[in-house]
Amino acid sequence: MADTAIPPDTAPHQPGTAARRRPGRPPAPERPRRHPRSRATAGTGRLAALLVSPTLLVLTVVVLYPTLMALDESLYGPKGLDPRTGFISNTEPFVGLKNYTDIFTQAGDRFWNAFWNTTFFTVVTVSLETVIGIAMALIMHRAFRGRSVVRASILVPWAIPTAISGLLWKWIFNADGIANVLLGHQVLWTADGFSAKIAVVIADVWKTAPFIGLLVLAGLQVIPKEVYEAARLDGASALQQFWRITLPLVKPALLVAVLFRCLDALRMFDLPYILIGAQKGSVETLSMLAQNEASNVRFGPASAYAVLLFLYVFLVALAFVRLLGADLIGGAGGTKKHKSHAVGVPRRRVREVTA
Amino acid sequence: MSLAAKWRQWLPHLGIAVVVAYCLAPFYWMLVSSLRGTDDIFSTSLFPSPLSFENYRSVFSPAQGFTRALLNSLIVAGITTAMSLLLALFTAYAMARLEFRFKRLILTLIIATSMFPVVSIVVPLLKLFTDIGWINTYQSMIVPSMSFTLPLAVWNLTTFFRQMPDELEHAAMVDGCTRGQAFRKVIVPLAAPGIFTTAIITFIAAWNEFLIALSMTNKPSMQTATVAISKFSGATTYQTPFGSQMAAGVVVTIPLVVMVLVFQRRIVAGLTAGAAK
Repeated sequence: MADTAIPPDTAPHQPGTAARRRPGRPPAPERPRRHPRSRATAGTGRLAALLVSPTLLVLTVVVLYPTLMALDESLYGPKGLDPRTGFISNTEPFVGLKNYTDIFTQAGDRFWNAFWNTTFFTVVTVSLETVIGIAMALIMHRAFRGRSVVRASILVPWAIPTAISGLLWKWIFNADGIANVLLGHQVLWTADGFSAKIAVVIADVWKTAPFIGLLVLAGLQVIPKEVYEAARLDGASALQQFWRITLPLVKPALLVAVLFRCLDALRMFDLPYILIGAQKGSVETLSMLAQNEASNVRFGPASAYAVLLFLYVFLVALAFVRLLGADLIGGAGGTKKHKSHAVGVPRRRVREVTA
Repeated sequence: MSLAAKWRQWLPHLGIAVVVAYCLAPFYWMLVSSLRGTDDIFSTSLFPSPLSFENYRSVFSPAQGFTRALLNSLIVAGITTAMSLLLALFTAYAMARLEFRFKRLILTLIIATSMFPVVSIVVPLLKLFTDIGWINTYQSMIVPSMSFTLPLAVWNLTTFFRQMPDELEHAAMVDGCTRGQAFRKVIVPLAAPGIFTTAIITFIAAWNEFLIALSMTNKPSMQTATVAISKFSGATTYQTPFGSQMAAGVVVTIPLVVMVLVFQRRIVAGLTAGAAK
């Protein structure tokens, strides 16, 4: 944890600025210096291109190209019977936007169900995880002893593969499972129904709330102690300290965590697929729908669903960046400015008090 | 000491106990259940009695093919991690150390790719791999996995490189190293802890992958461990073999839990590097 507390020197090293600042320096020696510098910049550009291009190439092949392929594929229908030969034809017929317009007609029910399930899971799990995660972070921030034990145990749900945690919760939510024994009540969790939704939410919150807690804890640890001391001297209550100091100051860390969690929840697949099963209406998400269509060789509709999910994720990410802008992008420029500004006010007060 | 003060003193400890129990209880249940015999698998006692390794024996019986699945997971996650690290090392160095045009844009794009829904690349790749006969091959799982491990590795390594003082390479370069030599002889050895941390996080992400492995394979011998466990079948058709599933789940998870216990400090540093700043 100590490593993260070190403020990184993100400012690029600029040779020459120190020299220029020196007063009374004759301008003559600067000219020959400028020449190699510009040449170095050109060399740097070439080196950078060389170093960055393999990554960009791989990402083009595995992300950009499939995305474009999906867009193209979504305009084709499933292979049908060739009327001339009576065999299944080799080519897929071009159907234009039919795969998309179908969503508003017959195939639509399944799509909208998956759409609302995805949205429901995202909203409910991320809100619960945020609240529980913040509570966990506050507890961990308080307790100094046994911190490494807590840290290790918090990483356990994160490290368990989602597929395995799906099986684990399926076992817990089994009809004769421990959940029903503890409740003293028979709930058919993994049957297709509203309780299945709840089961998915519980399992997902268990796995990821600690992770949000961890990120928030990292944010808490860079808040200087004096800020709280000052607030206490000013007579702020614990609740006021939380709302006015803690929350605004961990906001950047929290926003990053929430954005990542939202985008993760939007593409949820493993957990409902294993915990409840494929083609279960109550928990089918957009990812499951698209995968199911693809595994049934209906690539056209599958791609259309994938494209729509892609757009959904993109819009949510865009909305986040638009609404919260400076706090998110880069993690360097905007965040820092925001932080120093927010800290600046109480700091000034510290000085006033101690003066 | 007043009662309230005493309460205040003990409250954090109570909170910690609750957090630890919340995180570990389900995992503990998996462990305990895996150690029960078939007859008392539905027992709800907190300790397995009598202790039975029956489930583990059945998981590793040759008929189950689970050893092969573990090997597949190791190969896929291992190669994915190695390739992602190698490429990310160069890119992250450029991102942290060099000034060039569109740097911010490129970094944003790289990080953004990790947020794309995996299913929207799996569907077209599934069709492509079917056409070129890649289904049931390691590369059909490794290549798509890089779509999320590579951005993760780039992001992590960039943060680590940025934490290292610039002066190190400048000193090396003054001493006559080229930029490349300074990178190889000074930066890489010094960044070893960061590279190692990135490797662990990337490996765990690749090891836990399910959707790609599920879609790209249909032969049991090529399935990774996560997929294989989800397809375990019981003795009779309608029976879910929870015992062996729990045992296999423990086997798949234990290496990760050990890693987490040993390297928790570094893993936390790596995971929170982006968020804390």
